[in-house]
Formats: sequence, C-alpha cells, structure tokens
Amino acid sequence: MSQLVTIIDYGSGNLHSAAKAFERAATESGLSSTIRVTSDTAEVRRADRIVLPGVGAFADCRRGLDAVPGMVETLEEVVRQKQRPFLGICVGMQLLASRGLEHTVTQGLGWIPGDVALIVPDDDSLKIPHMGWNTLHKQDEHALLDGIETGPEGLHAYFVHSYALIPERPEDVLALTEHGGPVTAMVARGNVAGTQFHPEKSQKLGLKLIANFLRWTP
Amino acid sequence: MTLKTRIIPCLDVKDGRVVKGVKFLDLVDAGDPVEAAKAYDAAGADELCFLDITASHEDRGILFDVVTRTAEACFMPLTVGGGVRKVEDIRALLLAGADKVSINTAAVTNRGFVKEAAEKFGGQCVVVAIDAKQVSPGRWEIFTHGGRNATGLEAVAFAREVVSLGAGELLVTSMDRDGTKSGYDLGLTERIADAVSVPVIASGGVGDLDDLVAGVRDGHASAVLAASIFHFGTYTIQQAKEHMAAAGLAMRLD
Repeated sequence: MSQLVTIIDYGSGNLHSAAKAFERAATESGLSSTIRVTSDTAEVRRADRIVLPGVGAFADCRRGLDAVPGMVETLEEVVRQKQRPFLGICVGMQLLASRGLEHTVTQGLGWIPGDVALIVPDDDSLKIPHMGWNTLHKQDEHALLDGIETGPEGLHAYFVHSYALIPERPEDVLALTEHGGPVTAMVARGNVAGTQFHPEKSQKLGLKLIANFLRWTP
Repeated sequence: MTLKTRIIPCLDVKDGRVVKGVKFLDLVDAGDPVEAAKAYDAAGADELCFLDITASHEDRGILFDVVTRTAEACFMPLTVGGGVRKVEDIRALLLAGADKVSINTAAVTNRGFVKEAAEKFGGQCVVVAIDAKQVSPGRWEIFTHGGRNATGLEAVAFAREVVSLGAGELLVTSMDRDGTKSGYDLGLTERIADAVSVPVIASGGVGDLDDLVAGVRDGHASAVLAASIFHFGTYTIQQAKEHMAAAGLAMRLD
C-alpha cells in the first residue's frame, strides 16, 4: 500500500520542486509513496509521514504556520502523540526549537529545546549567510544517514542560512557542519528529525536522505 | 569540513533559449535552457543561474515556464534574474521554483526594493547583481541596462549599501571584462568582497580555468560564475573543479 507523505504548505516558498525531489527519491528507491503538498489539516492527519519545509525569517515562518487554522494543533497530534515520522527542513527544522532569536524573540514549537541564534564564525573572513556546499560530521548513527558518507571526504549538503539551532541537549544533534565553529546540520529525537540544509537541493546526498526518510521507522 | 567554492554556470536566456552575448551584443543561440540545466546538474555544477537578459523589454511568461521545468528536473539551487522590479516578480519566480532572485536595475533605481524584498522573502534569496565599469584608477561605477546606462554610483559604496538593506549575496560583473575572456576584474571583485559580510560571486570575463582560481584566491569571491567556457564545451565543470582543487581551493568533488 502506498504511504502518504504530506509536505506542509503554509505560504513559505515553492514546494513543488521539493515535492518533485521526494517523488524522484521514492521512485529511485522503489518506495510506493504519494507525495502531497497541502495546507489541509485533515490530509496531514491521514499522513504516514510529515515534512515541514521553510524558507525566510523565523518569525515570518511561525506566523505563516499559525495562520493555517488548526495546523500547529494537528502537528502536535500526529507528530507528538501519534509519533509519525517527521522531517523539518531549514526554517522548518529551526521551528522545532523553543525560541528563534532572528530580529525578535519568537516562540518555536519547542520539540527540540534550544535557541535559533545568529552564526558567529570565529574567522572574520567567513561570510554570512553560510551559503553553499558543506560536509556533515555525524554525531551518532541514524537511519536517516544510512549509506551517506560523512566527514571531510564525505558527500556535501547545500546550506543557506544565517541562523542555526543550538539544542539544549547535545544528544539531539545528529550532525554538525563547520563554518568558523560547529554549526548544527541535523537534529533528531525519536520520530522528529530536521535538516538545516536543503535535501531537495542537495543532489546525491539529498535524494539518499529523502529516500532514507521515506523508509525510516523511528 | 569547510564551505566549498561554488562554480555557477550562467545561462543567459532570451525567448526561452540560451544565449551568450559578447559585451551583451551579438547574441549567439546556444540551446535549450532546461536541457542545459539538466546537463549541468548531472555534471556537478554547484548552482545554476538564469539571467533573462532582455526581460526589461519583452514578455516574460516563457521564463516562468523554463524555471518551473528546470526546478522539476534539477535538485540544485537556482538563481533567476532579469527584469525583477516588484515584489510580485520575486514571488512569481520563487513560486515557479527559483531559490534565489537577482535584482539589478531595480536595486539602483529603488533601494527600498532591496529592503522590502529581504524583509518579505529573507535575505538568503535576495541577490543583488552589480554591473560595474572602471571609470578611473581604483574607481568603479554602477551601470544598468546591460551596461548601457551610467549611474555615477561608486560600486563599493553601493555594495555596502545594498548589503545593509538585506541583500544576502552579490553577483559582481565587470562590464569591461564581460565576453572578453581576459579574466575577472580582480580589483573590483576583491574590493567589494572585502567590503561586505555576504558572499560575492565573481562574474564577467572568464577565459580559462586559472581565471576561476584567481577570482577566489585574489578576488576573494565565494563563488565563480562563467558562461561561454562551459556552454561551448571549452572546459567541463569537473575539469574546472579539479583545476581549482589542485590550486588549493576547497571544492565539492562528489
């Protein structure tokens, strides 16, 4: 039976190409999946897996998510209570934090306790945003990273962000990257995971990670 | 682990076809942009850039179609520019599948537009394209409309200003070098890259692979943009990456 994967649409950018990346990953790995971009909470309730994307500023994304009636409550229900596999991408991952500190202090979902703060590289010549391709330093084994080479000689992920999630519990950090100091690249706790980078823009690594997510049984 | 230097092939698009102008004149048709984008995706390009070079004058609907079809086929970052003047233009391009939008003339004529765009969509997707010509030793000024119109604005001060307004990246093109194959204007690139906190893409004038190396090593650019050396098969993306890696630059080779 085909699994239903919902990519939550709350007005944060183009989700059509993200959906295409999920479709491609599903097809390439022989996983029967229906990928739906939706703002319909009933559809999210039926979903086997949930993806929360997000581009732009933290506060704008939070506002956008709150503006979809019942969506935050629905996510609490299906992700927190029903424990369905969840992936946050970029600001969609940052929203998992307790607070975002971009421009103003904004409450996050609080699923991964911590703050989203400006990256301050220890080398003045390094540019912000942290924009481009970087490698991952795995902090733990995880199904989402199966078959993905990490470390300095590993595959690259595409990042574009100025703020980063700093979890309170170090064990919530699944992978780090480096930009004048360690920067959180992935978080995971139970059925909740997030990538600061864009798997849907990360070519080889991205398609592998998406396929892993589609197979993941937390 | 370190952030890698990006190689960005740029497809100048007119009427839905790839062209490459020599100093933005004498256009030569060089193929279908979606097919070219797929080829660059497969070849390991780090990003792609579409510049709709005649967008100021002509119907742009065809560009949205090109962007949509590219975004559906290529899982890599895509920047689109040309004729971006209003918030609605940016929204339409982002919704079509662009990841970043480059603003050129409108950033010159209406600085508030850069701020509005960055506030609305986030600085990470706002690239300001700076077209500059050297007017005297150590001084470069901004030109618009494909290099036809002088503005009298000094390039480094303009770069600082648009970054303070929220631009997340600068695409710096030397109008003196564009199409000449004589290398980037390293003085211009370096001055701007050193003056701003955001990444700078060097553009205009690449003739060989050493020019790409120089853009980063001497121009302090975070990314290098080129068109004809790739479009006409003079070098492959892989050759460029290997050459730059051999010169000691951090490149993504996977």
